Amino acid sequence: MSSLRNVSAIVEKEWRHYFGSPIAYVLLFVWTFLFGRFFQVAFEYFLLASARQGGMEMGMGPKMSLNEWVLRPLFQNMAVVALFVIPMLTMRLFAEEKRQGTIELLSTNPLTDWQVVLGKFFAATGLFGFMILVSLVNFVPLWVYATTAPDWKPVATGVLALLLYGASLIAVGTFISTLTRNQIVAGILSFCAFLALLTLGWADDPAAGPLQQAIAYLSVTAHMEDMTKGVLDLKDVVFYLSFSGFGLFLAQQSVESQRWRA
Amino acid sequence: MIEVVNLTKRYGRHTAVDGVSFSVQKGEILGFLGPNGAGKTTTMRILTCYLPATEGTARVAGFDVFEQPLEVKRRIGYIPETPPLYPDMEVADFLSFCSKIKGIPGKDRRRKIDEAIEKTRLVDVRNKHIGKLSKGYRQRVGLAQAILANPDVLILDEPTAGLDPKQILETRELIKSLGGEHTIILSTHILPEVEVTCGRVVIINKGKVVAEDTPENLTQRLRGSGALRVEARGETGPLFDLLRTVPGVIGLRPKGDAGDGVVAFEVDAEAGRDLRPELARAVVGAGHDLVGLSRLGMSLEEIFLQITTTDSADGAAPEAPAAAEAPATEAS
Repeated sequence: MSSLRNVSAIVEKEWRHYFGSPIAYVLLFVWTFLFGRFFQVAFEYFLLASARQGGMEMGMGPKMSLNEWVLRPLFQNMAVVALFVIPMLTMRLFAEEKRQGTIELLSTNPLTDWQVVLGKFFAATGLFGFMILVSLVNFVPLWVYATTAPDWKPVATGVLALLLYGASLIAVGTFISTLTRNQIVAGILSFCAFLALLTLGWADDPAAGPLQQAIAYLSVTAHMEDMTKGVLDLKDVVFYLSFSGFGLFLAQQSVESQRWRA
Repeated sequence: MIEVVNLTKRYGRHTAVDGVSFSVQKGEILGFLGPNGAGKTTTMRILTCYLPATEGTARVAGFDVFEQPLEVKRRIGYIPETPPLYPDMEVADFLSFCSKIKGIPGKDRRRKIDEAIEKTRLVDVRNKHIGKLSKGYRQRVGLAQAILANPDVLILDEPTAGLDPKQILETRELIKSLGGEHTIILSTHILPEVEVTCGRVVIINKGKVVAEDTPENLTQRLRGSGALRVEARGETGPLFDLLRTVPGVIGLRPKGDAGDGVVAFEVDAEAGRDLRPELARAVVGAGHDLVGLSRLGMSLEEIFLQITTTDSADGAAPEAPAAAEAPATEAS
């Protein structure tokens, strides 16, 4: 009960900070703008291609899938955008507290390290979720103007994939932010770490050895694949949750151990 | 209320706090005095569970700082040397955040925040951004944060550092008014501060406790047998001979010409004897004008210097307090 209150107090404080400074607005703008743009591009391409196909085959060919042509590229593009956006959400989380000395306020009040770490993680994930939520406006015309309403499930799984993927990156970013008192350093390191996690996926090759496959399994982007196609696999959800949990565990350990090294 | 036993903190090979022990009774204001880098802040950080000790134990209200940090933190209000504040928050919002993490129940929050704001005289800035406040106000916001939950123990690290004289006076008054209700540990390197506010002083240097007493006793102790300053009109030679013959004088140092034909001497008297009447009679009886006769009380400032300034050549930190100890035992 009291731990819930402490976590929510931290969340509230972080949100106040995000929206009390330009950070939240800038990120919201960048994210929704790019989301809209990628949606538009994918959608126009889809319309063009389906018109062409319709002309050629007189509607006899395989039906073009909105999921395959619009949602999948859109969510995967946004996953790349997230690589840039999330470091900006997470870099200040602990680095700023350390530089300002306010970490001393947090650690001399009756809070546990876990409550602080979780509060910050939920605040950043919440803001990221809010960004995704706002950009869903783009889909409204599909339901309003399409003759047959598209299936909502692929959109839902795509959003879930993006959120889980974002949460994993945020957990790692939170951990990296505990390592330094310099926000910029934390931001750059997080970005590098995210790129490294992305490239892990490139090792994926069915012919490769077990080690290489194990590495590829750790790729945060690969696990989005099915969900962006509208297929919800519990395996992927578990992967993201445990990935986030591990990042947060590292963050908590780091915060705690710094007390001993100080 | 606070019990510190043999506390030691090492950073690698450097020992910041070295076997410090002291205790503070409920309602007492303890002054923690020492030069910069003496280990005051480290000790306070251990007491507030910010740092773990290398050795030794510290208990606050019966709870061990290492074993039950949450219980300890619930009972402590703490301001570090630079108050940790969020510059982009308004004063009231900041205190509201603090009231939540301090676990003050929702229905009491408003009242407690208002009380703290009133006590620290922050009423006119309650809706200002902390980043825009002056140093003095920020210090007060820090103090408001510390007293917010009405904790049993207040730990204040240099609460008057960087304030202007008026603010210093106000802060001291505030701290004094908080004593009794709260147990307070206050660190400072400004001596008048402890003389004014504290009931007891622990002097710490190079991580060790070198003296512990009331400010009055400390002054008394080092006054020792009571050195006197005698100023009389006349020649140094005859006056020296005259004063030397006064019974009870065990040391005599000419202090030179004090101007206007007056010469000064410092007289050491036997322990426990007040030689002022004898000296006055001797000087006046010999036909000299007695211009001045005073006790050479040491200010805390001098005591502090005497205790903490050690010959770094032989690093004999414990010697000074031993010297300080001697007269006190004789006197009692």
